[in-house]
Amino acid sequence: MKFTWFNLMPWPYLPDDFREKNRSVWVDIDQKLFDPAKSHEVYNTYMDLLEYADTLGFDGVGVNEHHQNGYGIMPSPNIIAAGLARRTKDAAIVVLGNSIALYNPPVRVAEEFAMLDCISGGRLVAGFPVGTSMDTNYCYGQIPSLTREKYQEAHDLIIKAWTTREPFAFNGRYNKLRHVNIWPRPIQQPHPPVHIPGGGSVETYDFCIDNTYSYSYLSFSGYLRAQALMSGYWKRVDERGVDKSPYRAGFAQTILVADTDEEAERLYSEHVSYFYNRCLHVYPGFADAPGYRTIKTIQTGALSQYAPPRGGYAELTWKELTEQGHVIAGSPETVRQRMEDLIKGLNVGNIFCLMHVGNMPADKCMYSTKLFAEKVMPKLRGMFPDWADDNRFWTTPLDKRVASGRLPKEAPTGAELARTYGVEA
Amino acid sequence: MELKTVQTRHVPVRYFEGGPPEGKTGPALVFLHGAGGVTAEDPFLNALAASHHVYAPLIPGYGDSEECPEIRDMLDFTLHSWDVVEALGLKDPILVGHSMGGMIAAEMAAIAPNDLTRLALIAPAGLWDDDHPIVDMFATLPFEMPQLLFHDAEAGAAILTAGRNVEDPGFLQAYLVTNARQLGMAGRILFPIPERGLQQRLYRIKARTVIVWGDSDRLIPPVYAHAFKKGISGARLVSIPEAGHMVIVEKTAAVVEAVEALG
Repeated sequence: MKFTWFNLMPWPYLPDDFREKNRSVWVDIDQKLFDPAKSHEVYNTYMDLLEYADTLGFDGVGVNEHHQNGYGIMPSPNIIAAGLARRTKDAAIVVLGNSIALYNPPVRVAEEFAMLDCISGGRLVAGFPVGTSMDTNYCYGQIPSLTREKYQEAHDLIIKAWTTREPFAFNGRYNKLRHVNIWPRPIQQPHPPVHIPGGGSVETYDFCIDNTYSYSYLSFSGYLRAQALMSGYWKRVDERGVDKSPYRAGFAQTILVADTDEEAERLYSEHVSYFYNRCLHVYPGFADAPGYRTIKTIQTGALSQYAPPRGGYAELTWKELTEQGHVIAGSPETVRQRMEDLIKGLNVGNIFCLMHVGNMPADKCMYSTKLFAEKVMPKLRGMFPDWADDNRFWTTPLDKRVASGRLPKEAPTGAELARTYGVEA
Repeated sequence: MELKTVQTRHVPVRYFEGGPPEGKTGPALVFLHGAGGVTAEDPFLNALAASHHVYAPLIPGYGDSEECPEIRDMLDFTLHSWDVVEALGLKDPILVGHSMGGMIAAEMAAIAPNDLTRLALIAPAGLWDDDHPIVDMFATLPFEMPQLLFHDAEAGAAILTAGRNVEDPGFLQAYLVTNARQLGMAGRILFPIPERGLQQRLYRIKARTVIVWGDSDRLIPPVYAHAFKKGISGARLVSIPEAGHMVIVEKTAAVVEAVEALG
C-alpha cells in the first residue's frame, strides 16, 4: 500500500454566509475574500503539515493544481513541491499534477518536473491531469472541444523530451519547437512514474493501460459512490488482458481519526461541513463546458463530480457524510475497517489521504494524522501481498540522498581553506 | 424545408433546402445558423423561402450531422463554408448569417471579397469591445437563456421549452449530448471570447451589406451593430425595436424585408 498525505489547501476564512452571498467558490470567487497577509500563515502552516506527514512515515506527500479557487490556493503545485523536495526526507513528492495543456510550451513541465526529481533525489511522482473544466476552460481559456487533443500532444512532447538523448524537432499542432533538448532531465528512468487523475472519461482508462500509468480517481464523494466508476476501469483492464495490480489505481478519500467515533464528530464535523457546504459551492454553469467531455463519456452517464448530489451537499449531516462514505471518520478501528472496505472494494493500492479538511486548524490535523499513521496505516500495510514488489507505479529514488541544511554553520577561514585544498598559507 | 446531404472534401454536410411554391423562382440564398442551430420548422427560413431558394447548411456536429475534427479554427470554418457553397453548385448566393453564422459569413466575405455581392449579418458575433463585454454564453444555464435571447423573455422561454420535458432523465441525457456536440463545435470559434481577428479583416468586404440588430439584444448588445457598420464600407444598419438576439424569430418579417432589400 502507498499512502500519500494530501492537502488541497483550502482558504480557511470563507464567511458563514458564503453560500448565500456568492455564486461560486471557483472561477469568479470574490477577490475581497482573499487576504494576502493572512495567507502568509496559511501557506506556511499547510507546508508544515505536509512536512510533518513525512516524519510520520507516509509514503508520499501530495499537492495539486487549481486556479481561482477558494478551496485550493495552489495554482502552482511545483512551487510547494520545490519546498517539500528540500524539507522532506523520504516521502515521494506526489504532484497530482500539472495540467499539461495549460503550459506553453509544455516542455516547461518536463523541465520543472525534472528539477523536482533531481532536487528530491528521484522522489517525484508526476501527475498529468487534463484539468477540470473550471480550471482549464473557464479560468485558462482553453477551447473545450480541443482540450484533449492539446493535452495528448503535450503528453507526447513531455515524454519524448524526457526520454530522447539528443535535440529533436517537434512539429505539433499546438507546439512548434525546432530544438527540444531539456536540461536537466529526471533521475528516474526512463522517466518518473506517471499518475493520471481522471473523472470517469473512458478514453483515460485506455490511455493509462497503454502507457502503464496509474489511474487516479480524485473524488470528494467517497468510496461507496466510486464503485461504479472504478469497476468500469477494472473491467476495461480485464478486457485489455493486462494484470490487475492494485497499483494501477489510486483513490482520494477524506479521512479523519480520533480516539473514538464520538470524539471524531465533536472535533471534525464543523470542518467537514465547511468543506462540503462552502468549498464545494461551485456555480453549475462552470461545471462542464460543452465539448470538454467526450460524447462517449457523457453517454456512459459519468457526469461532472462537481454536480452536487440531489438536494445539494448543504443538507448532508455528519451522519450522512460518514455513513455514505464521503468521509471516513471515527476511532482508529472504525477507520481501519472502512479503509479496508475501500481498498478491497475498489482494488486500489494508492490512497491519497485527504487528512486536512476545510478550515481545520493545524493541531486537530496533526492529531488525526498521527493517529492514522500510528494506529491505522500499519494495519493496512500488508494488503495485496501478491503485489508487494510491484514498483512500476512508484518512485525509485537514489540510495544516497543529501538533505537540506548540510552546510557548516560558519563559513571557513582562509587558513582552513588553505588546509583543505593543500595550499601553503 | 427538406433535409439533404452534400459531400465536401472533409465531411458530408446536412442542409435544409426550400424555395417558393411551384411555378415561382427566387434567388439562391445561403443561411448560416447561430450557435443554437436551426430546424426545418424555423420561421425565418420558411419566410425567406417564400421569395428565395434557401440553403441552410448545418455546421458539422449540429443536428444529426457528422462531426468534423479537422475543423478547428476560424480559417477552417470559413473555408469549410465556402466548400459547402461550392459543393451546392452555387455562385454568388445571397449570404445571410445569424450570430455565430454571421461571424462566419463576415469572414467568408472578407476572405473572398470578389465572390460575394450581397451579405446580411444578423446580430453577428466576431467583434469584442472591452467596454461592452459579451455575456459568457458557455457559463450560462438554460433557464437564463430566454432573458438573454429574447425581448419578451416569457414568450422566448415558451419557444425554447416547447415539446421538451425537462424532468425526463432521457431528455436530459440527450440534451447534454446535443449540447456537447453543438456547442463544443461552436466553442472552437466562440470560446472563451467570440473574437478571432475579424476586426482587422472587415475592410476587405466588398459585398453590399445589411446589418440587422434587435434593439433589446442582451447577448450581443446593439453597440456592436455600430462597430460592424463602421468597419464595413457602405453597410446599411437596420435596427429593429422590441426584438432581442433572436430577432429572426421575434420580428421575422422585418428581417426578411431587410434581406430582400439587398436585391
